[in-house]
This record gives sequence, C-alpha cells and structure tokens, in this order.
Amino acid sequence: MDLGLIISSAVKIIGFVFLMLMPMIAYIIWVERRFLAIIQDRIGPNRVGIPWTNVGLFGLGQPIADGLKSFLKEDFTPGHVNKFYYVIAPALVMVPALLTCAVLPFGRDLVLPFLDEPIRLVIADLDIGPIWIFAIASLGVYGIVLAGWASNSKYPFLGGVRATSQMISYEISLGLSIIPVLLLFQHLNLNDIVRYQSEHGWLLLPMWGDGWSVQRWLYLIPAGVAFIIFVVSMFAETNRTPFDLPECETELVAGYHTEYGSMKFAMFFMGEYAAMIIGSGLAVTLFLGGWSLPFGLDALVLGVFSDTWFSWVPALLSTGIFFLKIVCFMLFFIWVRGTLPRFRYDQLMKLGWIIFFEAALANIFIAAGILMFA
Amino acid sequence: MATVTVQRPKLSLAEKLFLPGVLKGLAITLGHALRMLRGQKKVTMQYPEERWDANLPEHYRGAPALVTDEHGRERCVSCQLCEFICPPRAITIVPEEIPGDDQWAKVEKQPKAFEIDMIRCIYCGMCEEVCPEQAIFLRKDYAITGTLP
Repeated sequence: MDLGLIISSAVKIIGFVFLMLMPMIAYIIWVERRFLAIIQDRIGPNRVGIPWTNVGLFGLGQPIADGLKSFLKEDFTPGHVNKFYYVIAPALVMVPALLTCAVLPFGRDLVLPFLDEPIRLVIADLDIGPIWIFAIASLGVYGIVLAGWASNSKYPFLGGVRATSQMISYEISLGLSIIPVLLLFQHLNLNDIVRYQSEHGWLLLPMWGDGWSVQRWLYLIPAGVAFIIFVVSMFAETNRTPFDLPECETELVAGYHTEYGSMKFAMFFMGEYAAMIIGSGLAVTLFLGGWSLPFGLDALVLGVFSDTWFSWVPALLSTGIFFLKIVCFMLFFIWVRGTLPRFRYDQLMKLGWIIFFEAALANIFIAAGILMFA
Repeated sequence: MATVTVQRPKLSLAEKLFLPGVLKGLAITLGHALRMLRGQKKVTMQYPEERWDANLPEHYRGAPALVTDEHGRERCVSCQLCEFICPPRAITIVPEEIPGDDQWAKVEKQPKAFEIDMIRCIYCGMCEEVCPEQAIFLRKDYAITGTLP
C-alpha cells in the first residue's frame, strides 16, 4: 500500500460521499418537496433562507433547518421495542446505501500536472461493479426487516414483511435486466463501461463512433426493455411510489419506521434517498453514458483542454455532467411520484414475478441472439 | 339472493401494457408543473405578505361587533332578540333603563353589558339578521387573536 493511494482514496471518499452525496441527499429532499408542490399546483417550502433576515432564497435553507430539527428532537425509544435491533436498524439502511457508491465512477480520469499517473475518479476501481452494488444493496433489506421486527408493533411489522418480499422479488428482475448490458460491454468494470460508451455511443443513444452499426441499433430493443425493467425494479427496490407499500401511509401509518423518531427516522429517510441516488447513478452509468457527454463531444473537450495546466478540467466537467444526469433522473423519480397512485400488493407481486422476471429472462436470449447473428 | 355476474370491461392491449397510461399521466402532471412554472396558475396565498383583505367575498362573516349610529349612540336597544336566536348561546345581554333626563330617553333601554363569548360564537350571522335596529354586524376580519381580559 503506498501512501498516495491511501491519500487519494481518502480524498475521494470524503469528496464524493460527504461533499457531494450527502448535500445532494439533503437537497434532493428539498427539490422533491418543491417539485411535487409545483406538480400539485402548490408552492412548497420557500421560506427558510438566512436566519433573522427576510431573505428567502427560494427556501434553500430548508434542508439545514430540517437536519437541525432532527438533531434537536428528543431521541425517544418506545418501551416495547427490542432495543438493540431497534437502534441498529437505521444504520443498516444507511450504511449499505452509502457503501454501494464505492464502485460508481463519478468522472473521467483526473490528470493533475504534478502527478505522474491519472487518478481514477471512482472510490474502488473494482472489476465487479454491478455485482458489488447488488450484493451490498440487498443488505439494505435487513435494516428494514429489523426495523419492522424490532419495533414490536403491528404496522411496522406488516411494513417490514412487505418490504422483505418486495425487495427480494425485484432484486431478481433487477439483476437479470442488466445482463444484456453486460453482454454487450463484456466486462463489469463500470469505469470501463462508461469509457466505452463515451467513445462508441451510449447504450440508449448509439449515434456516434461505432454506435452507427446495425448491431447497436438492433440492440436498442433489448436495451430499451432492460432499461424499463431496470428502472421500474429500481422504483420497487427503493420503496418509491408507485411501489411504496412498505410505508404506505394510508394503510400502515408509516410502515416500518412508524415507531422511529428524530435522527433515527432521518437515517431511514437519508438511506432511502441515498439508495435512490445510487440507483439513478447506476442506471445513468449503464444506460446513459455515465459521466460522458453525448455525440462524441468528449473527444472535443479533451482536445480543447489538452494543455498540461488545464488537463484537470475535463475530469471536473465530467463529474458535473454525471451529477446533472443523476439530478435529471431524480427529477423523473419525483415526477413519477407526483403522477402514479400506489399499486396493490398482489399487482406488485404479479408484475415482479410473472411479467418482469420472464421478460428479463427472454430479453437475455434476444440480446444474445442479436450479438451472435447481427 | 341471486348472484349477479358483473361483466368486467375488456381491456385493450394498450391498457393492459399500462405504460401508455403512465405516459399520459406523466404528461398531465408535467402540464400542471409547466403551468405553475410559467405563473399561469396559483392557488396558495403567501399569507403574511398577501392577505385576504382585497379578496374577501361579499358574504364573509367575521367576528360580530356592536355599532354606533350617526350621533355616536350605541344602536343596541337591548331587545335581546340576538341573545335568543344565537344558536350556541354566545351572547349575554344585561339590559338597563335609560334615565328620563337623558337625550335618548325615548329609546327606553340600552345594554348595561353586552357579552359575546367568542369561544362559543360560530359566526353564523343570525344576530346580524335578526337585529331590528341594525346594531350588530359581523366584521370582515379573519386574524382574530384573543387574550384574557
């Protein structure tokens, strides 16, 4: 282990997780509240700005105020819960969600003038990216199950049971849906996948480089199906509307986190949004070119900033693009939440097991056939 | 009772696929969002800055209040009609005779005390309707905060 690797990893972890992801979680919640309000012809939180002044700043202070409120509230633990699991459950939701971001590439290789080697803008440059994400993300269900079970009350229990079967069911179609993607790219390193898409066209937008081939355009069919299955399964996996049955406030009060308050509740909340952001990040990375610009503009950017002293610009630019794409994806999440009513539980199970599972399986064979014969 | 078999509507392929419906819904919500963003539609009123004052409807009923006439005399003659009609019995009137040497001696009665229990008042406006002297009116106020006397 050389010191440079440790330092760069530490900087990447702090920069990506604590300076980008955490503020993003906080502000996505605010964006969600504003955007939902706009969809519903309301205004949303627009007051909290700079304290003791009349400056509203469109309510940009709301996440800070919310966070402060969560910290200052009494950390109440009901008497009837199983204390150990009750306390550990919120962490078990939050930690896997943050762990999964380790393999997400959030930018082009950073070339610094005073360093010999470029820094790869991914915390862990593993060759098993998607598998790591699925393996760790499936641990998140334990947090929800433990929360439901340890709360020792009816509604959280029902929420926890629902969450378990929902997340386990949809994990299958989620995993199967990306196999056509991996068949095409032929490796599992997410950074390489993005670089390939940057040069040869995004999976869903093959309009430059090698993307103009018949094979890639035919491949849009399985890729499109895979994208739809992946996105819908991700909605179910992150317990978002229209699949938010584990929370389901009309039936289950607040579902698995009914008995939680203050910062413990906020942990569930943040874990859920972290999972959404990572999920969007994975979808963007696999299907929409990750940090790359469309239409081969990456080569242009690299050419403009080929000078030694400005060689770090493309990396920063690509990070910005990656986050822009994630934000767009999150807006889509919110948009869907403002549109669709909740599914019934049997409909959810039927969709997962009877439609998506089979469709994802068939999709693999179609993709393989296209790769073989076209 | 005989069993009634309800004919379920046959769904077309588009309806079974569900996705066209989803897209239609998304278009509707996007339309609402765009209308809001362009400022063409607004429902919420930004309360302390924007107030109801200009927009109060004609029939608005606020807190009831006694009024005086053009000579500055309280119009109420203590007939107690409002006390009797008041559905929640919020009004209590203690009548008092007007002394004979007073300028308004011909009116005979005036309220010694006229109490409206604002916890009971339901703002129905019946006191205003029943009053023969037009002495009580419901004001057009909506931000009423009370303190103990």
